[in-house]
Amino acid sequence: MHFSRKSLGIPYFIFLLLFVVAPLIVLVFYAFTNGQGQFTMQNFTDFFTDPNTMGTLVYSFGISIVTTVVCLLLAYPIAYFLVMSELKAKSTVVMIFVLPMWINFSLRITALKEVLSFLEGNLAMHPFLNSVIGMTYDFLPFMILPIFTTISKLDDSLREAAMDLGANDRQTFLRVTLPLSMPGIMSGVSMVFLPAMTNYVVLDMLYNSTYIMGSLIGSYFNAYDWHGGSMISIILLSIICLFTLLTSDQEDESLRGGALL
Amino acid sequence: MEKTGNIIELKDVSLVYEDGCKAVDSFNLEVRRGEFVTLLGPSGCGKTTTLRMIAGFSKPTEGDILLNGRSIVDLPPYERPVNTVFQRYALFPHMNIYENIAFGLKQKKTPRDVIDRKVRHVLDLVDLEGFEQRRVNTLSGGQQQRIAIARALVNEPEILLLDEPLGALDLKMRKEMQIELKDMHDKLGITFIYVTHDQEEALTMSDKIVVMNEGRIQQTGTPEDIYNEPINAFVADFIGDSNIFNGIMTGKLKARFCGGEFDCVDDYKEGTHITAVVRPEDVELTEPAKGTIRGTVDSVIFKGVHYEITVLSGRNEIVSQTVRSAQPGDYVGIHVDPDNIHIMMAEDNTNYFFVDINRDYQLEYNGHVLETNLTKIIPASHRTEDGTVLDAGGEAVDPRRVRIRAAIKPGDMEMTDDQEAGLIQGTISNLIYKGDHYSYIIHTELEQDFIVDDEYLWNMDDRVSLLMPEEKMVFSVRKK
Repeated sequence: MHFSRKSLGIPYFIFLLLFVVAPLIVLVFYAFTNGQGQFTMQNFTDFFTDPNTMGTLVYSFGISIVTTVVCLLLAYPIAYFLVMSELKAKSTVVMIFVLPMWINFSLRITALKEVLSFLEGNLAMHPFLNSVIGMTYDFLPFMILPIFTTISKLDDSLREAAMDLGANDRQTFLRVTLPLSMPGIMSGVSMVFLPAMTNYVVLDMLYNSTYIMGSLIGSYFNAYDWHGGSMISIILLSIICLFTLLTSDQEDESLRGGALL
Repeated sequence: MEKTGNIIELKDVSLVYEDGCKAVDSFNLEVRRGEFVTLLGPSGCGKTTTLRMIAGFSKPTEGDILLNGRSIVDLPPYERPVNTVFQRYALFPHMNIYENIAFGLKQKKTPRDVIDRKVRHVLDLVDLEGFEQRRVNTLSGGQQQRIAIARALVNEPEILLLDEPLGALDLKMRKEMQIELKDMHDKLGITFIYVTHDQEEALTMSDKIVVMNEGRIQQTGTPEDIYNEPINAFVADFIGDSNIFNGIMTGKLKARFCGGEFDCVDDYKEGTHITAVVRPEDVELTEPAKGTIRGTVDSVIFKGVHYEITVLSGRNEIVSQTVRSAQPGDYVGIHVDPDNIHIMMAEDNTNYFFVDINRDYQLEYNGHVLETNLTKIIPASHRTEDGTVLDAGGEAVDPRRVRIRAAIKPGDMEMTDDQEAGLIQGTISNLIYKGDHYSYIIHTELEQDFIVDDEYLWNMDDRVSLLMPEEKMVFSVRKK
């Protein structure tokens, strides 16, 4: 029997078909049909006319953006100073920041909930703040790692060249180090921003009754409205696609590196 | 205000790392305005560190660096009127060629039209007109190197520092760039300080060469000085091909080395340990009777203009470059004009000798197999299951083309009466009392002299065997 290298791809191809392509087709089918199985755009128009769904979209964006910005503001200095420091055990220190990922997610959030309740009293009083704190806590390692990798891979002589050409420390950072760490920032942002739109478990566990996109989809499915839920999933998927396309187009392929995925 | 004409002076500059390792040790150098100075030495000799101290990336732990008479050791790199061409170019990958070159001028807030003009001018200078909008990664290594030079030159630095700028280029490209760099230097009148480990590059381009080893200056001088009058064995060995022998002064203007007594023009006291250097082009092959020493022709290689002939006299190998050919196996005499024998006081009497590679790819000397594994000596080599040693390129090591040189210090050897115990036997042909020990010259049966330090008194003409602990030997690879 003839065995070619291509045959090795067959299991993956089947997997792809069963768990990616097929569900997508089902999703698209449900999104554009009604209860009787007829084609309709109703679900689509519903989404954009319902103030609740639109409100949730805006709110999700708000949480995502704030979470991403907070993560970035925390992660970049941490990563930068870690790389620049004379520490011998740099990777160990990075491990310490990544270590929480090894602890069970719900355990971590439960612990955080206890801390927050102790500080704030009634958690329901600050839903937005708590969501941002919870998600930042959850996603920070995903921001630190790619940025750290990108900065550590930067050739020292590039920074030296900038200084040699008359740039002081601040100018060197702004004109060389920061632009060259963009690939790391980009992959960090996409790994924080997108999950933050949908990860409603954090909100649920922090007794947050507000909705983000994830919880919205969940609520439709819980009410057996497969069509509406599918349409929201499709729209979210499109937003994610658009976002990924935008960020990956910006940089030069050769500058990539440090991306975790 | 120019008092001295020296643009830069390094005064007793040392750099000691925290672990106590001395990268640069009491470095003194004066560079005149417009000079092309090369720091030359093997890797790890401190030449790049010295350059980095001038650029401002490293700070000397001792000493002072004066630029136009003013100390600059406390100035950060961005306030020094010097620019560097980095070894691996260090072009900014997120900028195009124009932005790379304009970087320094923009820092100085130069008007836009002046930047435009200057960028075009330096691109013209490095022969890359019209490359403004190209991305760095679309350029070849040679082009990137030119851009790196342009980016430094556009700032009109007082001194241009070049850190092995041609190291990553292929041979042909390197030769071309050498000439171009020299031309640029002549045209621009900027002081160049150039770092390289390539002696030929240094000899071709420099006005002044500073030979460095282990953080110290070995010799400073013009290329001619360095080549013709090397100050010690290291410089002689590093610059050009040389025959280097250990020996001793045996009388007024008479030196014994390489198994013979030669007339020379350097006057040292009788009994002084010396190092004799003879350039291959100064070795004359004669009829056996007319030579100071005699030997057999081992190999003849045609090199275009001349023949490179290796003669074996006992265990000594003498390389000669002549226009007259010879046949391997010819018995010849060797004569060297006294003028062409360069004699130096031996500062360290290290004994050098060649060891053989036998059929099992083991090291062998005088019939004794050594324990040191050949793979430890030849970089990136490995031993296959059948015992063959392959070099980095995957080819079997050819003993005819690769030679292993062993070095051992006089104090690391011992003499013994037990003739079978040592690696080689010989007779004591000279001894000098050195205060706390005796220094002996052992003339071996392979016509090679060894210098041995021993605290006990032996007699002249005693027959001894030499114990050479292998862990004290330093091996190095010599290509033929």
